[in-house]
Amino acid sequence: MSENGHHVVSPKLYAAILAALLVGTWITVQAAKIDLGPWNIVLALFIATVKMSLVILFFMHGKYSPKRTQLVIISGFFWLAIMLGLTMTDYKTRSPEPSRTSYPPAITIHRA
Amino acid sequence: MHRTGELYGQYKTLEQQKETASLGMWIFLVQEILFFGGIFLAYAINRHLYPTAFGISGNMLSLPLGFANTVVLIASSFTMAMSVWSAQTSKKQLVTIFLILTLILGCVFLGVKVKEYKDKFDHHLIPGHGFDITYCSKNPTACNLEGKDLANEIKEIEEGIELEGGETALNAHAQLYFSLYFGMTGLHALHMIIGAGLLLWLILDARKGRFDVNYNTPVENVGLYWHFVDIVWIFLFPLLYLINRHLA
Repeated sequence: MSENGHHVVSPKLYAAILAALLVGTWITVQAAKIDLGPWNIVLALFIATVKMSLVILFFMHGKYSPKRTQLVIISGFFWLAIMLGLTMTDYKTRSPEPSRTSYPPAITIHRA
Repeated sequence: MHRTGELYGQYKTLEQQKETASLGMWIFLVQEILFFGGIFLAYAINRHLYPTAFGISGNMLSLPLGFANTVVLIASSFTMAMSVWSAQTSKKQLVTIFLILTLILGCVFLGVKVKEYKDKFDHHLIPGHGFDITYCSKNPTACNLEGKDLANEIKEIEEGIELEGGETALNAHAQLYFSLYFGMTGLHALHMIIGAGLLLWLILDARKGRFDVNYNTPVENVGLYWHFVDIVWIFLFPLLYLINRHLA
């Protein structure tokens, strides 16, 4: 901590993060050229998430922020996960154009 | 009157005053995460519904230009972080130098983006009346396509037409991809332009030696914003450029 409260991150650490981000970018391009089927997107998003975490923790000083600020950061991603997760479960479990003929009619009217 | 880092009445300590400023910036950024999140959601749904058209369209982007831009933007995040460090350690000249470097790298990014947009315009990939995903495979000389690349593209388009059930369907769904491409990269570029304006304002103030160990809140908060814009691109790059590269 410096005398006025904010943590000073050393240029050495910044340079190390820069190197890690560049390596991550290279890996993500190489990984995309290999056919991993459905795992291509999972791997790409995993690498992107690691890169994002490095930027938030060190470039944006998230690691050295007060707990209150960290809570705000985490809550942002929490709400994002709700928005993405719940909407995608709807799309994944529902056919875009439900076929009405394959279901039995909801109401059967019996006439005397 | 300019602020110089004096303690305002509503705060107990300078530390509390600074923490409040960065907390406020983070609340703004959380709102930005959700703002971009909505568009990422639109992308996820459409990619889920039309994987073939999205794969073919993604391969129409220039991987070298996208990769170069990613490197440029990550480098600009580093120079931004270094200008925050320079301010925190009262190296007043270095603050200006690193801010100018960040601005230059930001402008390089936007310049490359302009070149990419122009290529898409020339290749009939702007959604609307003139849109034609088959244009480059039919006019290879206009797109500088030859040899293996051309053969690959013709094969991809043929397979796409078959899987999507016709050229009209492929074109319709490819337009969804390109609408999202221009929407997402366009909004990202708009954030970059706003960021460049903020950097210019900081540079003018930094030249007067205004930022030092006692007062650097504007540099820190613009830095947070700049890094956020970098994070958006970290996700846009694999999602838009690398969908189906193993086919190419």
